[in-house]
Amino acid sequence: MPADEQPGPHGAATASTAGAPRRLAQAALRDVPWEVGVAKPDPAVVVDDVRRTFGGLTAVSVDHLEIQRGGITGLIGPNGAGKTTLFNLLTGFDQPNSGSWSFDGKSLSDLGPHQVARLGVVRTFQLTKALSRLTVLQNMLLGAQDQKGERFFSALVPGRWRAQERANTEKAMELLGRFKLDAKKDDFAGTLSGGQRKLLEMARALMSDPKVVMLDEPMAGVNPALTQSLLGHVKDLREQGMTVIFVEHDMDVVRDISDWVVVMAAGKVIAEGPPESISQNQAVVDAYLGAHHDAPLTIEEEDQVLAEAVARIAEEEGAEISSDDGEKAR
Amino acid sequence: MGELLDALAIALKAGLGFQAVLFALLAVGINIQFGYTGLLNFGQIAFALFGGFGIAVSVSQWGLNFWVGVVIGLLAAVLLALLLGLPTLRLRADYLAIATIATAEGLRLLFRSVSATPVTGGTRGLAGFNRDFIALAPWETARRYSILGATWSGGELWVAFVGWLLVALACLLVWSLVRSPWGRVVKSIREDEDAVRALGKNVYAYKIQALVLGGIFGALGGMIYAVGTGSAIPDQYQNANTFLAYAALILGGAARVLGPVVGAAILLFLIQFADTGLRTLISNGIIPEGLLSSTDVAQIRFVLVGLGLMLLLIFRPQGIFGDRREVMLDAR
Amino acid sequence: MVRLLLVLLFAAGLSAVAPGVASAQSEEQLLGTLQTSLSGPIEGVEIVVTTPDGDEVETVETDENGRWTVELPGPGQYVVTLDAEQLPEGVGLSGADTRTITVDEGRRQGVLFSLTDGSRGGGGGVRAIQLFVDGLRFGLLIAMAAVGLSLIFGTTGLTNFAHGELVTAGALVAWFVNVGGGVPLVAAAVIAMIVGAGIGALNEVGLWRPLRRRGTGLIAALVVSIGLSLLLRYLFQIIYGGASEAYADFRGQRAVDYGLFRMTNADLASIVISLGVLLLVAVMLQRTKIGKAMRAVADNRDLAASSGINVNQVILFVWMMGGALAALGGVLLGLSDEVQWDMGFRLLLLMFAGVTLGGLGTAYGALVGSIVVGVFVQMSTLVIPNDVKYVGGLLLLIVILIIRPQGILGSRARVG
Repeated sequence: MPADEQPGPHGAATASTAGAPRRLAQAALRDVPWEVGVAKPDPAVVVDDVRRTFGGLTAVSVDHLEIQRGGITGLIGPNGAGKTTLFNLLTGFDQPNSGSWSFDGKSLSDLGPHQVARLGVVRTFQLTKALSRLTVLQNMLLGAQDQKGERFFSALVPGRWRAQERANTEKAMELLGRFKLDAKKDDFAGTLSGGQRKLLEMARALMSDPKVVMLDEPMAGVNPALTQSLLGHVKDLREQGMTVIFVEHDMDVVRDISDWVVVMAAGKVIAEGPPESISQNQAVVDAYLGAHHDAPLTIEEEDQVLAEAVARIAEEEGAEISSDDGEKAR
Repeated sequence: MGELLDALAIALKAGLGFQAVLFALLAVGINIQFGYTGLLNFGQIAFALFGGFGIAVSVSQWGLNFWVGVVIGLLAAVLLALLLGLPTLRLRADYLAIATIATAEGLRLLFRSVSATPVTGGTRGLAGFNRDFIALAPWETARRYSILGATWSGGELWVAFVGWLLVALACLLVWSLVRSPWGRVVKSIREDEDAVRALGKNVYAYKIQALVLGGIFGALGGMIYAVGTGSAIPDQYQNANTFLAYAALILGGAARVLGPVVGAAILLFLIQFADTGLRTLISNGIIPEGLLSSTDVAQIRFVLVGLGLMLLLIFRPQGIFGDRREVMLDAR
Repeated sequence: MVRLLLVLLFAAGLSAVAPGVASAQSEEQLLGTLQTSLSGPIEGVEIVVTTPDGDEVETVETDENGRWTVELPGPGQYVVTLDAEQLPEGVGLSGADTRTITVDEGRRQGVLFSLTDGSRGGGGGVRAIQLFVDGLRFGLLIAMAAVGLSLIFGTTGLTNFAHGELVTAGALVAWFVNVGGGVPLVAAAVIAMIVGAGIGALNEVGLWRPLRRRGTGLIAALVVSIGLSLLLRYLFQIIYGGASEAYADFRGQRAVDYGLFRMTNADLASIVISLGVLLLVAVMLQRTKIGKAMRAVADNRDLAASSGINVNQVILFVWMMGGALAALGGVLLGLSDEVQWDMGFRLLLLMFAGVTLGGLGTAYGALVGSIVVGVFVQMSTLVIPNDVKYVGGLLLLIVILIIRPQGILGSRARVG
């Protein structure tokens, strides 16, 4: 992105005026039938027969799913539908019981999280993972890929990494400027507000020049003033040719920015299609919109539903086998 | 008054002697592992054991050159770090802690066992392997020198000199590492591994690097100690020493380049001062024998270290010089 | 702080009792007898007495009655080493080959090396059975001490490195009450369990609950527990000394022949008691309200709290139970291996092995894992020398970490 192209106070406005690529993605998907597991004209990510069970509970069971390149795909569904678990599986943070998935034809099935990230598939987390005791700028610099200075022996020879570090710092400052965090570059990330952390996490992910960006509830816990700017940034990603997959609860947001929507319930994909098709889909209305038609869940409601789901999973697991200590220590 | 000055002089010698070098190097290693990367190595003394016995066994038992012994000791430490790290570093932090504490205790038991006696000398250990090293001293080693009120032998001075030189080099290495992008990655791992993984870094590899590097420092510490005492006895490598090094690190400030060094010097000074002071008080009859006998004084130091470790962690986790903001201890 | 004060007070009280054991003599001596029930007195084994710095005091050989005596230059600490290679065929050391002994002024201090004669005369198969039975006893003992360790981890997330000191505390209290106070061992064990429960409660109320309230991180808490372990362990050494001693009336127990294996009555009692207590614990966990609450908190603390369980009260109970069981484990360990100041710390590593094998945080896992570890450690002496058998147990621990880090009964958790 050229330095003089300032997004302005309303990132969203900039994105909608430069809307040509969006029409491309939308146009490509226009003739695609609204069916579960339908083939896309140019899929970036393809998922096949992925299953993940916790104890006796099936968290994810997806037969076939394709994600269109260069578009924004919204992933929605009631709590406990398996959206985050699917994210974890696709990015190598969790292993499925069975199944395979690929990015650009390369299988990701047996790769660790860092290998997936190196291929250009980066993610953010539902609970932001700002590195609290590092400064904002250090957080950003960590996102840059192929750093010579990150190798043990090269690290000892500053001459080998100085130039790259300087270039990365410039890139980081430019991104921080775009995300309005440049004034905070020397603050510890732990001192930022929740919304600023979301912004920082997204900006940090962009430092790696990703091809696919997976955002897990980018708007959750963000105050309304920042929501518009965050939305603008998400649209910007598409303008720059990235493929975006995001999990979101707020249907207005999903309608606003998605080119394609995938609906999950109880671990399965129950519907997919353009945003306008979703509200007409009977399965979706039954599974998801029935209870909360047109009224987005409040954060409190979400938390409550989430807590119930977690408790349910814990109960299932506890009943199966005595305990799951891996989670507890965190 | 004279006794107090004597006690101070003896304590000062302890704070500057090769024992302090041992703890400084142990703590510098732990600083890399725990302070910067967040790894819980509770068996650092095992690396020192390998360092010390690397030289002792090579020279006394196998008749090899001293410097070959140094290389063997370092290689053994690297191997130990890999053996401990490869299986456990993919798991939660406690697993490394349990594996290392078990290994440190197990190795000491193994080294002192009857079946290991032909190699390690068993409970009596090995001696007479440091002549080549002491002979390198540029001054006369048999003479005694008086420095700051305490007497040092030339050999002791030489070992301490080389030891502190090693500490300085280690600190320089740590300093240049933690200000590089490598240091940024390990500090991030301490904060949140998953975030670092999501950014394409091989967290596992970095953890192993940190464990190996810290282990090498531990082995160097063990070598200085073995050369300084002139003997290698398995029971010198009690795992309580690991926790002494932790206390030194936390006292001086974790995640600070000089923290472990300052901490080790101060800690050994304090322990020796308490030790000499208590013995003096007992022999003067100020502390009645019935309450505390002079044989108990050696144990008192560990009691104090344990108490100090608890109090520091509870009330001042950043150490005496530390920056509250950059401590990992209250994370997670 | 309250806790430390209490321990110190306790220490002062005990040291008043201890001198009664020593008989007043003019010269300091170390002495002992080497014999086992099968071999009788053992003659001609070299005993070396040195100072802690390694200077030799005297080297003697045992006489035809298996006895040896060394005159000492004065009171202080001495290291006694036995040359295990000179023991006759079939006799082995069941503990370390050295003892560090503190000799008080004018005291003739006995030194005990625990020897095993097993059923080595009876061939490999019989010996395996013998070791299996020994291992079962040892495993049950580890299990009893480890149940608390595992439940504390499950309910609070704390990896308590000071749990071994609860074991030592139990053994020491029983020893002081039994030998110093002349109370029968069974009563002494009950007193030790009560004191153990008290120490557990003090641990929770005086230290860990306030730390949880302060929001101290798990790693910081872990290091605090290390500090506590160090503090208590060396305090024990100051109070009790470096000696290794048996309970009154349990010196030189005779083994009873059961055909396939031999066992002393004390060991048999140890198995029966451990089995009984562990069964009681299982019934309590399964049937009683507090037991169910404990399992619920260990499974999911937040869920348990939200369903109306008083989590702090449950944790307090876990600590008390853990303390009492660890104390009983200590008494039984003292019965078979004699009482030593660091016996609990050495057992701690095997407890960790057992708990990890069974799955951290589970009650039944700790049970199964500990028994496996106990049997493995004892049976490993078929292949490796006796004095490195603990090393075998620790090796097992590392192998478990490689193969199945979640343990036998742990679920396939996401572990990094």
